[in-house]
Amino acid sequence: MNQPVRPPFVESLLASAALSRLPGSDIAWLDAARRENLAAFEAAGLPDTRVEAWKYTALRALGQRRFEHGDSQAAARAVDMATLALPGVDGPRLVFVNGVFRADLSSLSSLPAGVTLQPLSQALRDDAESLRFALSRHYREAGDAFARLNAALAGDGVVLRVAAGTRVEQPLHLLFVGVPAGSDSSWHLRHVIELGEGAELSLVEHHASTGEQNHLATLVADIVLRDGAKLQHTLLQDAAEGSSLIRRSSLHLGARAHALLHVLELGGALVRHDLQAELVGDGARFDLRGVFALHGRQHVDTQLVIRHQALNTTSESLWRGVADQRSRGVFRGAIVVAEGADGSDASLSCKNLLLSGQAEIDTKPELEIYADDVKAAHGATVGQLDERALFYLRSRGIPKAEARALLTVAFCRAVLESMPNDALREHLSGLLLAHLPNE
Amino acid sequence: MLKIENLHARVEGKDILKGLSLTVNPGEVHAIMGPNGAGKSTLGNVLSGRDGYEVTEGSVLFEGRDLLALEPEERAAAGVFLALQYPVEIPGVNNTYFLRAALNAQRKQRGEKELDSMQFLKLVREKLKIMQISDELLHRAVNEGFSGGEKKRNEIFQMAVLEPKLAILDETDSGLDIDALKQVAQGVNALRSSERAFLMITHYQRLLDYIEPDFVHVLADGRIVESGDKTLALKLEEHGYAWVGERSPVAGAQA
Repeated sequence: MNQPVRPPFVESLLASAALSRLPGSDIAWLDAARRENLAAFEAAGLPDTRVEAWKYTALRALGQRRFEHGDSQAAARAVDMATLALPGVDGPRLVFVNGVFRADLSSLSSLPAGVTLQPLSQALRDDAESLRFALSRHYREAGDAFARLNAALAGDGVVLRVAAGTRVEQPLHLLFVGVPAGSDSSWHLRHVIELGEGAELSLVEHHASTGEQNHLATLVADIVLRDGAKLQHTLLQDAAEGSSLIRRSSLHLGARAHALLHVLELGGALVRHDLQAELVGDGARFDLRGVFALHGRQHVDTQLVIRHQALNTTSESLWRGVADQRSRGVFRGAIVVAEGADGSDASLSCKNLLLSGQAEIDTKPELEIYADDVKAAHGATVGQLDERALFYLRSRGIPKAEARALLTVAFCRAVLESMPNDALREHLSGLLLAHLPNE
Repeated sequence: MLKIENLHARVEGKDILKGLSLTVNPGEVHAIMGPNGAGKSTLGNVLSGRDGYEVTEGSVLFEGRDLLALEPEERAAAGVFLALQYPVEIPGVNNTYFLRAALNAQRKQRGEKELDSMQFLKLVREKLKIMQISDELLHRAVNEGFSGGEKKRNEIFQMAVLEPKLAILDETDSGLDIDALKQVAQGVNALRSSERAFLMITHYQRLLDYIEPDFVHVLADGRIVESGDKTLALKLEEHGYAWVGERSPVAGAQA
């Protein structure tokens, strides 16, 4: 029988995927779920731009590339941790290098009571059953290729649970570092995060790199906030210029739960983030602040869906996009207010700045409202730097490049303003500045 | 200090300045008056280097340097300051941060040592006293949500901190009530010195009641058509601009 011709991407991942060697391969339900998802990935391959969810992100070039599964040297690769530290984030730390958990670089000694933080590979040994719901999912949508791939091949990730009523003072640092490997390698991470009733946590998810590389990483995160839980989540994506990161996260918010998410998309060549927030309990609140700052030929696509499914739920999303040179930014923001979700208050503002004639920004706000008593506002703009403001700064002596950078940072500033951690905010502000063009 | 000779400038293909000549020496205060459309604001914009103004003929020397060859930020560093008719709001940029960035950028271009935040704060406190400006304005974004008077006072405050050699005030009196006008004038007067020159562009004589000029020039159809001392402004007030309409341009308004 003839084998169908598969794109190099699919072929290389299938060839190097050894499910029997993944952590947890001895768990029957997990192994079965992995095999089914791999079969689904193999059958459907990568979506093309006719699939609505991938309309603005063509995967043709990625489909022609080959990736090794994992990096066999990951456990031994040297990483200079000093360069990856974040001011204001000096609590417990979990570090992964090229997708592999590194106990030697992690720091779990100061983990407060009531907090479980461990790599997925360990959690599968200790208590796989508690992960069964999350890890035995099947992905059936046309655009789910990477979720399938992740479900099939993820052998590690973060399992984080905060017991009911536990308030964690120090922010946790989850660090994912890509370091140069001999070939283009790929890895897949799966996170399961749960905050019990009334629990409070601050979390920094940090994607970083040392040196040039062209890795592919996929990441799927389930984040559940039980009633009254509070989460401050900062997602700093500062991956290597050549790398690809495909991330899907879903947030599930119970009654009066509150999630405040800051997203900084700075690095990567091809970055995709599917972010879904479900406000399922009365009075739940979701605040999103995000920014992408792109240059070169970066392509960063964020697909946000917020579902209001209970009474008096609130979401406030504020997004800023800056694209320079030949980069392309995509932001789709959809708000869905379900039938009966009365008293919902949803707002979404997405403002974008094109710094070059060859850059492109596609932004698409969507509203679907099935309830009667709803407040909803959304808007999206794409524009250029204000020439009058630029002249004003220059007329006071500030050179053009500096004036442009100053205005661009100012444009993005609203995203960081609400970050409670002063030291981290200052640092991220500087990082953002460093990623903005200096002509 | 400033020597403008036979300046011709064009905006969007339209000739606005048609042979303007003017010399300003250190310590002098010159008022440029004229009806709408005479080219008053174009003069300020050409001198400060705004885009979209094409100089087709003539020259401008500032302390012997070709001013027109300099970028706006270089002109600022050389000591030219333009107080805008419509100061721009810049959300997200803190007023103090902006001012320190501007001052240090100028100092850097001049090869001087940049001020650290303590030194800068000390300077700002000194200037605040002169300007009677509330330090609350300093903590806000540049001009954001400022009243018309606050914006103009902020311009003068910037001037006080940046200490230019030549200050061009473009319709600084427009949109101000009498109290705000007095405050602005007081600020300007406090900055008058034997080394600093002022070019005040205005439509109305009102400002000159509070800032007394050494010279008054009347600009009409892109040229200076009459020059004199402060009594010229009074004559204008009495007779209106129609009075100068018929007069032929003077060869060169020498101070």
